[in-house]
Amino acid sequence: MARRTDPIGLGAAMADRLLPGLAAAVSLLAALALGAAIAAAALAERWHGAASEAVTVQVSDPAGKLASGTPRIDAALRLVRAAPGVEEATPMQDGRLAELLRPWLGPAAEQLALPLPAIIEVRPHDEDWDPASLRAQLAEAVPGTTVETQGRLVTRLRALARGVQALGAVAVLIATGIAACVVVMATRATLAARRDAVEILHLLGADDRQIASRFARRAAARVAAGAVLGTATGAAVLAALAAVAGPILPINPARVGFSLPLLPLAAAAIGWGTAQLAVRNWLRRLP
Amino acid sequence: MIRFEGVSLRYGTGPEVLHDVNFAVPPGALCWLCGPSGAGKSTLLSMMYLALRPTSGRLSLLGTDVGRARRDQLPRLRRQIGVVFQDFRLLAHLSAFDNVALPLRLARRPEAQVRADVGEMLRWVGLSRRIEARPPELSGGEQQRVAIARAVIGRPALLLADEPTGNLDDVQAERLLRLFEELNRIGTTVVVATHNMALLDRYPARVLSIAEGRVRLDG
Repeated sequence: MARRTDPIGLGAAMADRLLPGLAAAVSLLAALALGAAIAAAALAERWHGAASEAVTVQVSDPAGKLASGTPRIDAALRLVRAAPGVEEATPMQDGRLAELLRPWLGPAAEQLALPLPAIIEVRPHDEDWDPASLRAQLAEAVPGTTVETQGRLVTRLRALARGVQALGAVAVLIATGIAACVVVMATRATLAARRDAVEILHLLGADDRQIASRFARRAAARVAAGAVLGTATGAAVLAALAAVAGPILPINPARVGFSLPLLPLAAAAIGWGTAQLAVRNWLRRLP
Repeated sequence: MIRFEGVSLRYGTGPEVLHDVNFAVPPGALCWLCGPSGAGKSTLLSMMYLALRPTSGRLSLLGTDVGRARRDQLPRLRRQIGVVFQDFRLLAHLSAFDNVALPLRLARRPEAQVRADVGEMLRWVGLSRRIEARPPELSGGEQQRVAIARAVIGRPALLLADEPTGNLDDVQAERLLRLFEELNRIGTTVVVATHNMALLDRYPARVLSIAEGRVRLDG
């Protein structure tokens, strides 16, 4: 078909003028949903690791911070390691403790002179392990020692994160469906506006592919342009969220940065494919 | 070349507008299609350029049984048929040049050949100075000449014209009919619908007469 001309007159058709704006809005929602799904996946991953280490023994000393190797800690450690159902028990190093506290207390967590308890991380054989007997033994042998189990809570949090991840994926699918519907409606409106031109080309011997590809290229270009704008806005919002809530909400810039550029490409593919189908379906009415 | 066998046509559930049409136009023929206004000349031509399909019967064009042809075979068939529509059916947003170039571009001819052929054709129809004009800027006669140029630019095997001299002066009409004769001499089958009986006397040829939905071929 014509190389430099627009035989159908799509440039003059007003029907798809809103397409880039709608594509931008849908892409923004998709970008946010994708960011949420990625963050939820990272949280679920983090909590999955935490679930197996979700039993801790805190050995406190009213006199202040305990140094590792003190008799109270050694006694507690011996008891824990000997308890049935315990696979491994390790005293938490100061560096790791500071790392855990950094999101809450800031970079100076290590230097703070707080009376922090010594922590023993316990990895049980089974997530449902009941530490009641260990708790009783410790209370008797090393008074002031507490056993914390967050396994059930962490399991629920992990399920919640997986749920958020699934919702994000569903939201992306819904956005895809909305984008396809918008393209179909815009294409049908443009076909109605340019019906005479399409019919003339059809009578002159244009095949369905020649006509449909005109619409498809235009739809893909307009949807991609809108999607770039929407995705860029979504990326800015996610970057702002990551800056504010980064330590709590782990939005991995590498994973998000890899995924988001795919959105305009996917949007263009949806625009191209949907317009092709819509036009070819419409053309079947012609003799 | 054109064969109607028991062809009937009705729109929707309405009455038949063409009933049991039987005729054959051999390859290389020049043929007038005559009849009073509203007799169905344009309908019959529409079937010949595949804008309408028979409700029943068998229609063959250029050796292809239209009823049995696959949908993807029809565009190639249409490209072998040049049509001068009564209402011209030019694309208003395209220049005269681009309107005439359409059949060649649809057939994916090289752009250099398109430029040369279209330029020559527009010179021949006297529109070399109106190449960039769009149809709304052209007079009725000029639009008709663009429509004629578009119909013949691809050297079609079958040329169909619906009242092609309606908006032309005598000189232009004479030139057009000589062009049709010339194309016919080099092998193009030509069917011209007209209600101007004087043309039949000046250019004797086969005559397809249509009246009350029935068609007869004389000559």
